[in-house]
Amino acid sequence: MTVVTEGRGGAPCWSVAGLVEGAQLAAPAIPVMVIFGAGFGTIAVQKGLTLFEATLMSALMFAGASQFVAAEIWSNPKTVAGIATLVVITATVNMRFFLMTASLRPWLGGLPARQTYPALSLLTEPGWLIATRYRNEGGADSAILLGSGIALWLTWITGTVLGYLLGVFVTDPARYGIDLIMPIFFIVMLVPFWRGPRNAIPWVVAAAVALLTAEFVPGGWYIIAGAIAGSITAGVIDE
Amino acid sequence: MNSLEPLGLGVLAIVAMAIATVLMRVGGFWLMAYVPLTPRVRRMLEALPGSIVVAIVLPVIVKNGPVAVVAVVAAAIVMILRRNQVLAVAAGVTVAALVRYAAV
Repeated sequence: MTVVTEGRGGAPCWSVAGLVEGAQLAAPAIPVMVIFGAGFGTIAVQKGLTLFEATLMSALMFAGASQFVAAEIWSNPKTVAGIATLVVITATVNMRFFLMTASLRPWLGGLPARQTYPALSLLTEPGWLIATRYRNEGGADSAILLGSGIALWLTWITGTVLGYLLGVFVTDPARYGIDLIMPIFFIVMLVPFWRGPRNAIPWVVAAAVALLTAEFVPGGWYIIAGAIAGSITAGVIDE
Repeated sequence: MNSLEPLGLGVLAIVAMAIATVLMRVGGFWLMAYVPLTPRVRRMLEALPGSIVVAIVLPVIVKNGPVAVVAVVAAAIVMILRRNQVLAVAAGVTVAALVRYAAV
């Protein structure tokens, strides 16, 4: 078993037990990942991706929002310009990962690259929130990140294949509330990060900037704009 | 469809998108090696989880209207009371389904 150190995180370490614990911590996210992955598989059929392409996308990209966008314009000709467009859109939609892994530097910075970069390559919002919460509660074992990453990655691929083959939720996801599962899931994951109203000031700023950007700027820029605004707010207050 | 060419280009596009995604994933961590971790920088990094989640979710909730608001509030309440993610997500989804059913 992993020894959990006192206070807000002891000296960073890496162990096989941490891998297993990471996979266990990811368990609550697994139903949601299957459903969301199946959603992508279903859309992939409709947009003309082959099963091979859809599965490869899930295995190599492992980034739901950008995969949905890519599927949306998949039928466009794969010219140099067409592929460049896909890459630029993907980079924009996934720019938030840049901020997410930046936030892991204080914890993982001292570890060797072989213990950090593979785990970072499998990072998603659920995995990142699980690991960050674990660290906030005093955990030190960085293998958590890889353990949860692998568990979520396998789940995502499985969901994609199931959705592609069965088209499970194609009929009417809204009727069962399943279309709202992602926002619901994210809000639930946010609850343990609540530290009182003062620390929520950056959240309010992030929300306002994201809403305004979503209203006036096309594309996926609102996430990155809101996140940076919230982060800067946290840096400016408390002086 | 007619030859290996379209398949090859599709795979090429996927690999290119995957490289862009991985660069985003490792880029932030790599860059922060060169930024001194002052107390201010730490505060900025610690505010990221909440800020990113709120920025992702709020526009989606607003787009989906009152049903999404009610569902998310219900899920948050269950999470605060029970600290059980699966239960809370199930509650939120159920509430969304019920509100829509009642509204029809």
